Amino acid sequence: MTPSAPPAIALDDVRKSFGRLEIIRGLNLSVAAGERHAIIGPNGAGKSTTFNLISGYMAPTSGEVRLDGQVISGLPPFQINRRGLSRSFQVTNVFAHMSVWENVRCALLWTTGHRYAFWKNVDRLPDVRERTAMILEDIGLAARAEVPAGLLTYAEQRALEIGITTAGGAKVILLDEPTAGMSHAETERAVALIRRLTEGRTLLIVEHDMSVVFGLADRISVLVYGQIIASGTPDQIRNDARVQEAYLGVEAA
Amino acid sequence: MSSTPFALAAAPSRRRDALQFYGAWLAVIAVMLILPRAFSSGGALTTFSLMGISVIFALSYNILLGQTGMLSFGHAVYYGLGGFLAVHAMNAIGAAKWPVPLPVVPLIGGLAGLVFALILGWVSTRRSGTAFAMISLGVAELVASSALILRSFFGGEAGVTANRTKLFKLFGLSFGPQIQIYYLVAAWTLIALIAMYALTRTPFGRMCNAVRDNPERVQFVGYDPHIVRYIAFAFAGLFAGIAGALSAINFEIANSAYLGTQQSGVALFAAYIGGIGVFIGPVIGAILVTYLSLVLSDLSSVWQLYFGLIFIAVVAFAPGGIAGLLLRHRPLLRAGQMWPVLRAYVVAAPPTAVMLAGLVLGIEIVVRHTVGTSDDPVMHLFGYSLDTGSPLSWAIAALLTLVGFTLARLTWKHVARAFDDAMTVARAKGYLA
Repeated sequence: MTPSAPPAIALDDVRKSFGRLEIIRGLNLSVAAGERHAIIGPNGAGKSTTFNLISGYMAPTSGEVRLDGQVISGLPPFQINRRGLSRSFQVTNVFAHMSVWENVRCALLWTTGHRYAFWKNVDRLPDVRERTAMILEDIGLAARAEVPAGLLTYAEQRALEIGITTAGGAKVILLDEPTAGMSHAETERAVALIRRLTEGRTLLIVEHDMSVVFGLADRISVLVYGQIIASGTPDQIRNDARVQEAYLGVEAA
Repeated sequence: MSSTPFALAAAPSRRRDALQFYGAWLAVIAVMLILPRAFSSGGALTTFSLMGISVIFALSYNILLGQTGMLSFGHAVYYGLGGFLAVHAMNAIGAAKWPVPLPVVPLIGGLAGLVFALILGWVSTRRSGTAFAMISLGVAELVASSALILRSFFGGEAGVTANRTKLFKLFGLSFGPQIQIYYLVAAWTLIALIAMYALTRTPFGRMCNAVRDNPERVQFVGYDPHIVRYIAFAFAGLFAGIAGALSAINFEIANSAYLGTQQSGVALFAAYIGGIGVFIGPVIGAILVTYLSLVLSDLSSVWQLYFGLIFIAVVAFAPGGIAGLLLRHRPLLRAGQMWPVLRAYVVAAPPTAVMLAGLVLGIEIVVRHTVGTSDDPVMHLFGYSLDTGSPLSWAIAALLTLVGFTLARLTWKHVARAFDDAMTVARAKGYLA
């Protein structure tokens, strides 16, 4: 990594208002390529909105979002995805009537170059078949390949959500509370899965479970009322007085 | 046909799947060849031709509704424009003596449907759901009303006629006799069936399903749902145009009814009654709806009312349509649990039939009595004569309906229980679908 390389994700004084209500109020964030970066903050701080702004689900009111140095704010989600950024959703967001196999396959048809092809048999694409099988193996759903995604258990749907997000091979992965609602054992498995699937990629994660955050992240940013109040290594964040006051103190109480 | 993800593990079942697959297509071809020999009357051949046209039209509609999740109220626009272009093409080819034979004309209709879908679909496919449905209705009204204004092209109320026998003759085929039209329609139906089935098996076809299930998420795996919907709309227009052209060839006329909302309704009816969730669904629906509309219109003056009742019954009791209903029994069949369910059906059938008979009787009595379609108050039904004026007839209808309904309710509860029990056993054996 040369020091002059642009950050994988950079937010520059990003603001987002809904009517008169300003949710994101001058947000600055920089995530280096290959880094595992967590965003933490109390409920309503604007974590999911931040994800929505980065992934193109919403356009910022002002400010700039850059992916590998290129401005992406204002682009539609599919163009941002094509530039190598993929995100998951806090509420499971899969293709409910399609099988697990079809779900994962749909997630990699674009990046394998098959796009809108209506002249190829989708079952006779060896590259697609191999990668789909590999990802199903990775997320532990190989035995459930034929089951409609809507019939999976909650933990399985969360695993599928991560599978869909990482399937396309995006360099930058955004995960929105991937372990929310999971048991302790399920959380451990999910963290191991995330670690494995994001190997060599840039990861930005929103998470409430502090053990996950401090165990997984190289760097942590603390978001309070639409602004980053601190950004640093887990140790720096743990010892930051403002963070303790604004966030961790509340947690400990 | 379920996809078999693991090439090595699934090799034997894959060969069986392939056998079933090609067997099914061969069966379709065999039926198409046998039908005109088994029923060779002109009326039967016309009926089969109309069924083929209806199958193409309903399947083209299901590219939108079942595959991509777009509810259109104006699909007949592309059917109708295909029909009009075909008629004008036939006239032009006949007049100029171009060496273009009749079997090519449906392609002209298809291209017309495609081009107009590409022009009219760009804006409406930006949206899905209610907005798309409303725009489709607006476009349909727009085109249908222009059909009455632009007389030189649409021929006003009378429509435009053509003579299909005046074209360049290939292999001496005049296409005068209905049997030749039957084979023309059958060949195009087969081509359209294969093409539309193949379309569902492509990357694009799968992304249509993804857009149907979750248009939002599609954007986060790199796809623009607008483009997916637009391409789907174009294909739907293409095949609707082919169907419209075949209809114009069959009747040697195209008129404004081709473009109307009633024609759009036919596609919606057929697809929905047959089942929009399965490829074969609209095929079943189209054949049934065509047959019923021909048979019922002979039997009753209010046949459209029965159509409406059937449609309501399907929506209420079998949202997956006939195909969906049949598919629900597949796990039972595989697990060898069909018997108890079949027994329950046999028990439920007589009271249900009594209830329906009472209902039909009641409707017919009311129609005879109030609308007065004939001056003869005596109605002949199932070999009996009933005086629609007498209170006795009304009482019989009411009694049949009530008794039938009461008993049917009990027996259908029994059916539901038997089905659930059988399903539990099937699930335990690992047959989910």
